[in-house]
Amino acid sequence: MYNYTEFDAGFVAERNIQFRHQVERRIAGHLTEDEFKPLRLMNGLYLQLHAYMLRVAIPYGTLDAAKMRQLAFIADRWDKGYGHFTTRQNIQYNWPKLSDVPDMLDALAKVDMHAIQTSGNTIRNVTADHFAGAAADEVADPRPVAELLRQWSTDHPEFQFLPRKFKIAVTGSENDRAVIKAHDIGLQIVERNGEIGYRVIVGGGLGRTPMIGKVINDFVAQEDLLPYVEAVVSVWNLLGRRDNKYKARIKITVHEHGIDDIRARVEERFNIIRPSFGGIDQKLFAEIKAAFAAPEFRDTPTALYETAYKTDPIFRSWADTNLAEHRAPGYAIVQISLKAHGETPGDASAEQMRVMADLAERYGHDELRISHEQNVILPHVHKSDLPAIHGILKKHGLATANIGLISDIIACPGMDYCALATARSIPIAQEIATRFDELKLEHEIGDMKIKISGCINACGHHHVGHIGILGLDRAGVENYQITLGGDHTENARVGDRTGPGFSADDIVPAIERIVYAYLDLRSSADETFAQTYQRLGLAPFKSALYDEAQAYAAQ
Amino acid sequence: MPKEFSPKVITANALIEGDVVYLTADDQWTRCLSEADVLTDEADADLRLLQAEAQSELVVGVYLTDVIPGIDGPQPAHFREDFRRTGPSNYNHGKQAELNNV
Repeated sequence: MYNYTEFDAGFVAERNIQFRHQVERRIAGHLTEDEFKPLRLMNGLYLQLHAYMLRVAIPYGTLDAAKMRQLAFIADRWDKGYGHFTTRQNIQYNWPKLSDVPDMLDALAKVDMHAIQTSGNTIRNVTADHFAGAAADEVADPRPVAELLRQWSTDHPEFQFLPRKFKIAVTGSENDRAVIKAHDIGLQIVERNGEIGYRVIVGGGLGRTPMIGKVINDFVAQEDLLPYVEAVVSVWNLLGRRDNKYKARIKITVHEHGIDDIRARVEERFNIIRPSFGGIDQKLFAEIKAAFAAPEFRDTPTALYETAYKTDPIFRSWADTNLAEHRAPGYAIVQISLKAHGETPGDASAEQMRVMADLAERYGHDELRISHEQNVILPHVHKSDLPAIHGILKKHGLATANIGLISDIIACPGMDYCALATARSIPIAQEIATRFDELKLEHEIGDMKIKISGCINACGHHHVGHIGILGLDRAGVENYQITLGGDHTENARVGDRTGPGFSADDIVPAIERIVYAYLDLRSSADETFAQTYQRLGLAPFKSALYDEAQAYAAQ
Repeated sequence: MPKEFSPKVITANALIEGDVVYLTADDQWTRCLSEADVLTDEADADLRLLQAEAQSELVVGVYLTDVIPGIDGPQPAHFREDFRRTGPSNYNHGKQAELNNV
């Protein structure tokens, strides 16, 4: 875990004092809202439908117990006792009072956290694979470079007024769990001839014009990475369309100019700025890397785990669904589902946060991760501790065995909170999860990603869901459009639109028809929905969606 | 013929709490839509909007929104405004928890 240096702490403290004074001046009437709004957004403070919302960055999704406890404390002290974890590894508080926000920011600073650059046209929170440092398939831990990028991008003077927001994600594995192809820049750590470097992908993004990122450079050496990334952002900063905010993201720039043209411009810029990186970044990187050294894993028997696995069917079901392979023998990665059936995806109560902090401290080398799929991860757990952990999770509504299943839904806050939303997301997610839990079908269905966005901006990643749902306002009524066959992994793909949307009442039955069609069509129980879709395409699902509904209506 | 002016209320968010407020007939801000002043004259609505916007020490994001006048006071014409006057659907938070009659 990286801890703030004196410089980091001083910087955040100074920003917090500045913001405290800005809030005071706003309340006293010395600043108008037009003057104040850019200042509050720079500090992650939005105004939503029912209240302000404070978005706090969780860099590369990594927390320790002290940070998680402080998030719980803030939820209790200044909010309504819960927080919402987002698809960009942030936590959002939905009910802060303007006058309390400076105190909230000071409380965050006490545990090396802040809300800077979680909004506005800047480089946002750098996200990473939530299995970082633990995954069996990892080339290298992506967090040190993510931290290097965080430091480089925070208050970067050239990049405070970009054409639009800019998002970077990093993975250390070939298996992409960080959706890097749907980011402005996606970095994949690769090894070539024994040397560690980066495959750089640019121009991915979802939103109103979804694009899959393209490889701009197959191998950038470690010492060239910061100047290379700076060259990319710099080229876009000049070239990006400031005339039309819908065309301002780098995906449009890459699309309009072509990847070869952008590559040539980046090379040219890189050659100019490379000499100005005198190696300080590499010295810093070495220090950061040391802070992320792996814990000392113990080599002890796992008999307790095996016994529980054999004798306790509830534990077995949870273990089968919620554990992932760890690189150390005898260890597992624990995924704690924040998707209990019928609850709000990504929400955790303050009490649950404290429980997870305690578990991390006691059993998990004091490490926690937030996934872009809105779950919490204990990355390093010895298998012999799993039965005890499961027992505690169960008591606190945190033992739902549904990771990767149909009820493990990504949903943005939608019109229940968000001022930009065109329809609600949360109730749709709640109803789908509840319905398939009633049907007792979700383990039978297997690997299935449903992703729901409440507007075209696609915070809920609907384009890359196996089933994507987009909530729209059609003539003053909530309407839900379906896409199928999206993929969020290294084989990223934008889903295909099925046709006309469905009302809030009709969307859950529509999802059911798709699922039953899949169960009928799959070649065997081992063929996943994604594979069946790849084999058969849209047609049979479209027919199930629309023809069956018509046949039913005609009866 | 110009389009007929549909009835409206003036709404905003309170500066400190951020919650939804409506302008009353005596230029106060209320948390209850039922107490909002329904504006039926376009010129009057535009003027009241300008005056409301000037109260930037009290409110943020002032705008006019359509309502349907009724016996229990104005009702929201659009579902977004219905959520704003009620609160989120996943928890009993916001207006629905704070007000006895919304």
